[in-house]
Amino acid sequence: MDFFFQMVLSGVMLGSIYSLVALGFVIIYKSSGVINFAQGHLLALGALILWTFLMKLGLPLWMGGLLAILSMAFLGVIVEHLTIHPMTGQPLMAVIVMTIGLAAFLASLMPCVFGAVEQAYPPIFPKGGMKIWRLIISYEYFGGFLAALGMVSIFLYFFRYTKLGLLMRAVADGHDSARSCGIKVEVIFRWSWAIAAVSAMIGGFLLGNIESVSPAMASIGMRIFPVVILGGLNSITGCIIAGPIVGVLELLAAGYGDPITRGGAGDVMPYIIILLTLIFKPHGIFGEEEIERI
Amino acid sequence: MDVSRPCGIFDTTYSRDIAVVPTKTHWAWLIGGITLSFLIPPFLSIPWLSWVIETSVVIVAVLGLYFVTGLCGQISIGQAGFMAVGAYSTVILMNQFAFSYWLALPISALITGMVVLIFGIPSLRVKGFYLAMATLSSQFLIMWLITHPPFDRWTGGDDGLTTPAPTMKGIVFDSYQSWFFVVMIFMWLMIFFAKNIGRTRVGRAFVAIRDSDLAAEVLGINVFGYKLTAFFLAGIYAGIAGSLFAPYIIRFSPTNFNFEKSIWYLGMLIVGGSGSVVGAILGVVFIRLLLHLTTIFGPSIHPIPFVGPLLANYLGGLVFGLVIIFFLIFEPRGLNHRWVIFKAWYRLHPFSY
Repeated sequence: MDFFFQMVLSGVMLGSIYSLVALGFVIIYKSSGVINFAQGHLLALGALILWTFLMKLGLPLWMGGLLAILSMAFLGVIVEHLTIHPMTGQPLMAVIVMTIGLAAFLASLMPCVFGAVEQAYPPIFPKGGMKIWRLIISYEYFGGFLAALGMVSIFLYFFRYTKLGLLMRAVADGHDSARSCGIKVEVIFRWSWAIAAVSAMIGGFLLGNIESVSPAMASIGMRIFPVVILGGLNSITGCIIAGPIVGVLELLAAGYGDPITRGGAGDVMPYIIILLTLIFKPHGIFGEEEIERI
Repeated sequence: MDVSRPCGIFDTTYSRDIAVVPTKTHWAWLIGGITLSFLIPPFLSIPWLSWVIETSVVIVAVLGLYFVTGLCGQISIGQAGFMAVGAYSTVILMNQFAFSYWLALPISALITGMVVLIFGIPSLRVKGFYLAMATLSSQFLIMWLITHPPFDRWTGGDDGLTTPAPTMKGIVFDSYQSWFFVVMIFMWLMIFFAKNIGRTRVGRAFVAIRDSDLAAEVLGINVFGYKLTAFFLAGIYAGIAGSLFAPYIIRFSPTNFNFEKSIWYLGMLIVGGSGSVVGAILGVVFIRLLLHLTTIFGPSIHPIPFVGPLLANYLGGLVFGLVIIFFLIFEPRGLNHRWVIFKAWYRLHPFSY
């Protein structure tokens, strides 16, 4: 039974990082209706940029982190301006394919710039772990959990209490009504991409601490899809709750399924979650069903 | 002005008005083109012959995508996974059950169609991004099932399978030169079916669903039924493509059908212009030609310091991503639109109207 609780605890902590990355996806979707297939690639890109600052340039964590946040925000804006902005008025499918193309481009660009080998961050959290009751939590997981929790709280505070957050919520509510209030909707789109890129980068940093940093992290970024599908595409609450659920299910599948299937059960679990959610509750736990008219 | 007919051609009967091949000149071009396509093997080096065969196979797979994404408007990011089902079931039928290739091909096409139907079930309630996620999941799920128990007993897991050479009346299809003809025949047949299915009641229902599924439903079109039909057709095409692929590549493993391939197929359809058969073919040929060129010219950028070797490895992916981005921004209607413009220009030349 200890094993079960151990998996649940680690899963919650891992899942909280998924929540943070998925938050960026939901922010873009809520504000502009764009589905960002490249969020996982932004995660890997952010992790690699931070790795370059920390290891290649040898900057201290606070400075490298700040520079990485700034450069990712800038990159998010650039990406929005070059690829998503020209697609205004195109059908949803074209925009989805655009982000898929962006993902394909980034997937090939990253190994060219950073190399394809797996790297490691300097040890930021102490090695080993602490013991709570009979369970062992490694500091990497615990630190990741706390940081993700902190970042999500900052984002929630930002949306609730700052002026920019208010503007973003207004744009999410309706583009035309926001425009009629004098909000520059295009600027808000850019902000949402900047925030998404930064949240992806921080998620990438936390995941990179647990495992390793490489362009292949983009495939870990695919884990955000079960999170957003399960939680509901346009629900921030849903995404915060669904993250740990996906993390727990993934680790449980890996823990109990791997001996039977000889590995890989944890990798396929997210996709089974997607399929089951789509069949039984297509709009997720907290998602709103869209009402359409002709 | 309608320039779909050359100058001076007037459709005097309805049957002529709706004909796929309207004039004698068109017939001459078509028959000449098909004949020429069968005559090329002696003129090609082995790498280019291999390229032509694989391109033909990919055309069949992308034509399947043309039904579900191009006509019916449902994004599918799992075509390579479905192709894997076709390839694996063909070889398993041949190895385990001693089927002849020519029997295994239609059966595995049907199996693939059934498998795709299962993954098409979410289309009952969802569309757009949600459906894209369902097909994406199916891609990963199929790959996982192939490489893990209980199925890896038959599929060979990560090591893959070896295809026995198909035979027919004493002819053994064990070389590119011989397999080329089979692939070509199937490709033209599948193009013929795709072109015609698009013009039937089913094809028009697909287009209605793509343009507005609600309006289609109000008109009395069975939206769910037709969506499943589109997925089934995509599965049949993917199955046939997979079956044709197996004897060409001879030894294949799950990496031949990975997620990247699925994305490439979708990208080829988009670059070509999703709503037309000609577009699908043009897109496949264009992207695969670019890819082949990157593999040819890859070694020549190798000597560039620092970035050269890595860039050479990933050049294909870079070019592909950029091509998709550029086409979506500058020519969202795809290569097919350019082709239509060219034809209009050719017919009107030297007058501009």
